[in-house]
Amino acid sequence: MKRFLLVLAMVGVIVAGWLYRPLAPEPWTDSDIEILQSLWIGNLGPVPPDPSNVVADDPRAADFGRRLLFDGRLSASGALAGLACAQPERRFTDGLQKGQAIGTARRNTPSIVGVAYSPWMYWDGRRDSQWSQALSPIEDANEHGTDRWHVVRVISEDPSYNETYKKLFGDLPDLADEEAVNAAFSNIGKSIAAFERTILPSPSPFDDYVAAVVANDVASQKELFSDDEVVGLQLFVGKANCTQCHNGPLLTNHEFHNTGVISFPGEVPDKGRVIGVREVKNNIFNCDGPYSDDLGRNCAELEFARTGPELIGAFRTPSLRNLENTAPFMHKGQIASLIEVLQHYNQAPLAMIGHNEAKQLGLRDSELRQLEAFLHTLSAPLTADQQRRL
Amino acid sequence: MAVAVAVVKARYLLTATLCVLLHQNVAAGDAWESNRGLFIVSYESALQPIEINRIHNWQLHIANAGGDPVTSADVEVVGGMPLHNHGLPTRPLVTEELGDGNYRLEGMRFHMAGDWELTITIVADGKTDVVIVTLAL
Repeated sequence: MKRFLLVLAMVGVIVAGWLYRPLAPEPWTDSDIEILQSLWIGNLGPVPPDPSNVVADDPRAADFGRRLLFDGRLSASGALAGLACAQPERRFTDGLQKGQAIGTARRNTPSIVGVAYSPWMYWDGRRDSQWSQALSPIEDANEHGTDRWHVVRVISEDPSYNETYKKLFGDLPDLADEEAVNAAFSNIGKSIAAFERTILPSPSPFDDYVAAVVANDVASQKELFSDDEVVGLQLFVGKANCTQCHNGPLLTNHEFHNTGVISFPGEVPDKGRVIGVREVKNNIFNCDGPYSDDLGRNCAELEFARTGPELIGAFRTPSLRNLENTAPFMHKGQIASLIEVLQHYNQAPLAMIGHNEAKQLGLRDSELRQLEAFLHTLSAPLTADQQRRL
Repeated sequence: MAVAVAVVKARYLLTATLCVLLHQNVAAGDAWESNRGLFIVSYESALQPIEINRIHNWQLHIANAGGDPVTSADVEVVGGMPLHNHGLPTRPLVTEELGDGNYRLEGMRFHMAGDWELTITIVADGKTDVVIVTLAL
């Protein structure tokens, strides 16, 4: 009897082991390869023009913007630079649940890498350009806690800034002229944006792997990706449904979705996009506003932006490039690790407000680990050029 | 058996010929009839082929059951993915009547691959009808 039970237990272990074994990769089909190419960095294309910012592609403005971004004088405390939150080694995030400056920000600091491709800024898309976004932290009481007059004064009192500003935009305004101060403030944002537009993602091991798949170079594929990483990628483009939102070469559709992320205990659930869309439409620094340089007012994204109950609790899909440097995750940094993020999507819990668009995935733990292994292949080191410019 | 194959082949050839005739694009050549049969709608996208995540315009063509162009219609477009229970990421609007039953539809953008459904409500000459246009991206 004892022997029978022992054999039974052994058989049980073997069967369970077989059931939960990591899956082996399947060969790539033509339609798979088409999807892989749609995610490949080589298909990112040039940074889209920003007609609302006349200095967007002016290297002098980018240099001016870089100096401003690193300058602590632009904050009320005199010591907080914009890069307190956007740390290069963390892919321009801060590693905290919520941004910390003078106070605590409302949400997790999103990365600025490749944001020039997005029609919307922030988790709730409450700004529609990089330059209008750059202005917000300066006047946010929890971030730099100062105002546009202070910033214009800093520029006017620094001879080097003063000279650069004049070359780019003409004379600084009279501080009593509010509209002129707004215009000068927007020029500061436009310079910072000119710098931020140059911060772009670099090719990752995933991109090299896609190139090897397209070239049918099996030896390089094996060298670049482990079996777990290949299966993780197959899940990513297949039954894990990740590419529904994380699509295109930046692995984001730049859109807003409610994925049922739970608030911190005691915190009121964040309404997200439904408030953000209202804010961006009313912001004087938007594409359609008096400080936009787009005289043709080509503001289709803003003009046709929608609202509605399904945007309650919806947040912008973040890029998945350089994920491992950008923890913690989600709009308030509620989830500490990547595997917990995957568990969250696997379970697809009911949303606290609005409805969770995601459906339960029914993936096994081994599959979640394989997905996680794949996600790490999306990280790339800063290029020498990026390091030199910082 | 041979007859069945011949029928399938003939159908295939007919469809292929139609596709060539209609701008070599099945979607642009398709027409959708409204629920009550009052209107026939077809569209042409300015973005060819339609890609996800790119905002673009369409031109709608509205005809009556007899094929004559419908003018001065009020047209409203909403859309979404029934499988995902969510709408379009934008609120597209008909911004201009171009004449001859043609209308400019601005602000179209799809943010996921998959099956989309557009509900087009048309009011013309005091009559209202709804057309459901489906497309797979």
